[in-house]
Formats: sequence, structure tokens, C-alpha cells
Amino acid sequence: MAFFNFRLQPKNELEKGGRTSAPVQSDESEPEKKCPNCHKDIPISELAGNLNVCSCGYHFRLNSRQRIGMITDKGSFKELFTEVDYSDPIDFPGYQDKIDSAKNLSKEKEGVVCGTAKIGGEDCCIFAMEPYFMMGSMGTAVGEKVTSLFEYATEHRMSVVGFTVSGGARMQEGLFSLLQMAKTSGAVKRHNDAGLFYLTVLTDPTTGGVTASFAMEGDIILAEPSATVGFAGARVIEQTTKKALPKGFQTSEFLLKHGFVDAIVSRQRQKTLIRHLLKIHDRREGV
Amino acid sequence: MKTEAYEKVRTARSNSRPTSIDYIHHIFDVFFEMHGDRKFADDGAVVGGIALLNDLPVTVISIEKGRSVKERMARSFGAPQPEGYRKALRLMKQAEKFGRPVICLIDTSGAYCGIGAEERGQGQAIADNLMEMMTLKTPVISVFVGEGGSGGALALAVADRVWMLENAVYSVISPEGCASILWKDSSRASEAAEVLKLTAEDSYENGFIEKVISEGDIGEDSFYERLKWELIWEMNALRDKPLEELLEERYQKFRKVGAQETD
Ligand SMILES: [Zn+2]
Repeated sequence: MAFFNFRLQPKNELEKGGRTSAPVQSDESEPEKKCPNCHKDIPISELAGNLNVCSCGYHFRLNSRQRIGMITDKGSFKELFTEVDYSDPIDFPGYQDKIDSAKNLSKEKEGVVCGTAKIGGEDCCIFAMEPYFMMGSMGTAVGEKVTSLFEYATEHRMSVVGFTVSGGARMQEGLFSLLQMAKTSGAVKRHNDAGLFYLTVLTDPTTGGVTASFAMEGDIILAEPSATVGFAGARVIEQTTKKALPKGFQTSEFLLKHGFVDAIVSRQRQKTLIRHLLKIHDRREGV
Repeated sequence: MKTEAYEKVRTARSNSRPTSIDYIHHIFDVFFEMHGDRKFADDGAVVGGIALLNDLPVTVISIEKGRSVKERMARSFGAPQPEGYRKALRLMKQAEKFGRPVICLIDTSGAYCGIGAEERGQGQAIADNLMEMMTLKTPVISVFVGEGGSGGALALAVADRVWMLENAVYSVISPEGCASILWKDSSRASEAAEVLKLTAEDSYENGFIEKVISEGDIGEDSFYERLKWELIWEMNALRDKPLEELLEERYQKFRKVGAQETD
């Protein structure tokens, strides 16, 4: 297993309420991208051919469609619940503008993409959260889509593969968003109690209310190298405790060491491993 | 700018307000406190045990802020560590085994925020409670007696009935935290409190809770007596429900929050 001895600059400024400023979506017209780890300029074409992983091992962020494209068999993805849209249940100031710019930036309707697909020939339900839509924060739409996917998977006796990336609960929807943690967890529990398989892949960053709900509820929990994963934001912890954070705090490697993930798996190895795990856990015949 | 919502936040946080232990002593006839999560530690922020509600044995689990300064320190001001949530879950599973109903009393600014809490899986501990409470095979009533801060409060509030005291608050984020994200200015917390819709009345109107408990006589015998009888009546009604119906209603209660039509 490859371990990375570098620690990326702390970027977990995400708090439970979710970061409101959006990260920069990769611009296809840009010829190259600077690697934040090895500082080399890498041609976009080279990155694309290598699952957006730098030769030094640094995993660049992927949007939800890239993620699904990378992991599923060509042409097998069928999207579900596309009609689910954002809502503004507590009429929060400035929320509409945030949504509009998130839609513009991500070209998605909301913070998660769900559907069915084949991975190496194995059928499954799949969701991938969208980092460019308000950092995958969970409001009612995200909660509704994830819940609906688990209900669909339970009904059809299918495994679920989920890629998480989230700043946590979406503050702008108040308690409506907090309660999505209970709603999604309930659907995961029913899927679990039906004897069905759920695999999560924690990607950078997975924090707050998503960590404290469906991200941590997988039968098998994988993580991408050096992803930031935690409950409370690192900066908040630093401010509250006034202590220096240990090296590598809230990284995948930290979670592995403390017993909260099963394995750290680089992007290149994910498809093969997930295919095997799905095959082992196929329950459609009610075995 | 002073707002009514922020007045409630201040009241909910007030040191002169009864804490969970006061409720336990006044409402229940007997209370045997149990300690520890059987895995790592005993978290003083969560107080739980077996009690008699009139004649009915129940499991009581509460988040306790503490009263004296010393006690408040020992209880981390009511911010549970992962061990607190794991102790709560242990007691809930025990309640399920012996067919005892569960009563949770909630008063927390949120789950403990610290290095150790992250090392020992704060997120995982909360997630586990959310899943297990949804299918716990015994009735659960959760009462917010003070602050209800985010996931750290929700981890004891996946219940058949959720009640809030008139001045209790329940929020996805603290008003201070919200203000500093929204306006980069935590002093505008009182405006944030208003927009977050965190009062008991808001929660009731949005269908998140079933009852708002009036506080006119808070701390007096009549207050505890009234709450005690509300609990007895409601618990009897819940115990009369077939288990399958109870669990389906619990699931749907949360399922309907922000639900949309899907194909
Ligand atoms: Zn590099």
C-alpha cells in the first residue's frame, strides 16, 4: 500500500455549515495545472489520461460526472432522480444567489448525482457528490436523492457505491438540512437490515454532517490518499482548543491509523477493487 | 439588533436554567446512573441510567452541562465526546433488550470539538446513533430542555416524539458560527438567530417536533409534575402501538422532511 509522507496545506476550512465560496472548477482551455504537492506544471491532457492523478501521487479533485465516468462501464450509467431540485425552505438571505452561482459553476442542479451503473460488469446503485456545487453540502435535495437511492437499492436488492465529498450540512436550509442526516441514515439502515452491501469512498474533503451520517455508515469504507476527512473543521478545533494540530490530522491516513477506514485506495486501483467487492456481495439471488 | 430568537438562545444557555439532572431528580422516582461506554471511557457530558417513571421502568439518557463551575468543566459544558454517544447507544440497546422505553433530555451546544474526539471518531459515533435509533425496537421520546446544537443534539433526537421547551433552541449551526460565515462577523449572531429559524415555535411550525412545553413555572414542582404526566400519557400511547407501526411512523417522520416527488 502506498503511503504518502506529505501533508497538504490544511484546507479544511469547512465548518458544519459548509463553505460558501466555491473552489475553482478546472478550466478545459487551460493548458496545464500546477500540482499543489510537487509544484510541477502538468499538462491537462496528461492529467486526464491518468485519472487526474499527478505522477507524484497527488489526487486532483474530480467533479461528480468525471467520478462516475471513471468508475463505471462506458454507457452503463443511468441517472435517477434528475427531477429533484433545490429548495429554500427557510427563505434564507442570499441563498438563491449562492444556488445560481453553484449551478453555473458545476453545471449540475444540485450537490449529488445518483443512478444505476455497471462496474466491471457488476450492477450497482451509485452516487457521487459534487464538489463544485457548494462543496457538496447536504441540503434537502442532496438528502432526498441519497435517501431515494437507498430506497431504490433496497427495493431492487442492489449494492450501493458512494463517493462522498462534502462540507457538511447546508446552513442555508437550517434544520431542514440537519434532519437529512437522520433521513439518509434511516434509509441506509433499512438497506443494511435487508442484508445489502454499501461501500463508501471518502474523497477530499468529507466533513461535518455527511461524515456524521452516510459517509461513515458503509460496510466497507475506503478513502482516497491524503483526503481530508473529519467531523469538526480543523480550524475550528485549533481555535477552540488553542492547541497545535498533530501532523496529518484528519487525513485518510489518520483515519486508517485510528481505525475508521478499511483501506486507502488510489484512484488507479479503485475500479478493480470495487468490482471484486461488488461481486463478493451480490445479493440479488437472496444468497 | 436584538431579536426574539436570540433572546431565546440566551435563555436556553442561561446558567440559572435547570439542567438535565434537575429534570431527572424531579420527574423520576428512582434513578440508577450507569457509567461508561464499555470501550474507552466514561463521558460526564452524558448522564444515563435506569429510572422509574411513576411505576414504569425507563432508560433515561441526558446531555448534562453541569451546574457549578467545577462540574461544568468536568462535563465539558455538555459537549459530548464520542464516548458519550457510545454510552448513550449502549444504554439504548440495553433498553431495547429489556423492553424499556427511552427518554432523552437534550441540552448541548454541540458535539465536543477537539483532537481526541476526532481521533476516536466523533462523526462515526454520531452516525451510528442515527442509524440505530431509527430502528430501536422500543418507544423513544426526546425533550430539548435547553440548547440543541447541530448533529451533537440530533444524535439523541431520532425519536418517536420530539418536544421542546418554550425557550429551547434547535439549530444546524450556532448563530455565532452562522454570522461569521455569512457576514464574517460573529457579533451579528442575533440576526443570524432570526434567519436560522431555531426556536421551538419554528420547529413546531415546520413539523419537526410534536409539542412545545410552556415554561411559565419552569423549575417549580408544578412544572416538573406537568412534564412528568405529559411523558406518562405519551409513553403509554406509544407503548400501545404495534412495534411495526411505531417504527414505520418514526421512519416516515424523518423521511418526509424536505421530501420531493421522484419517479
Ligand atoms: Zn504532483
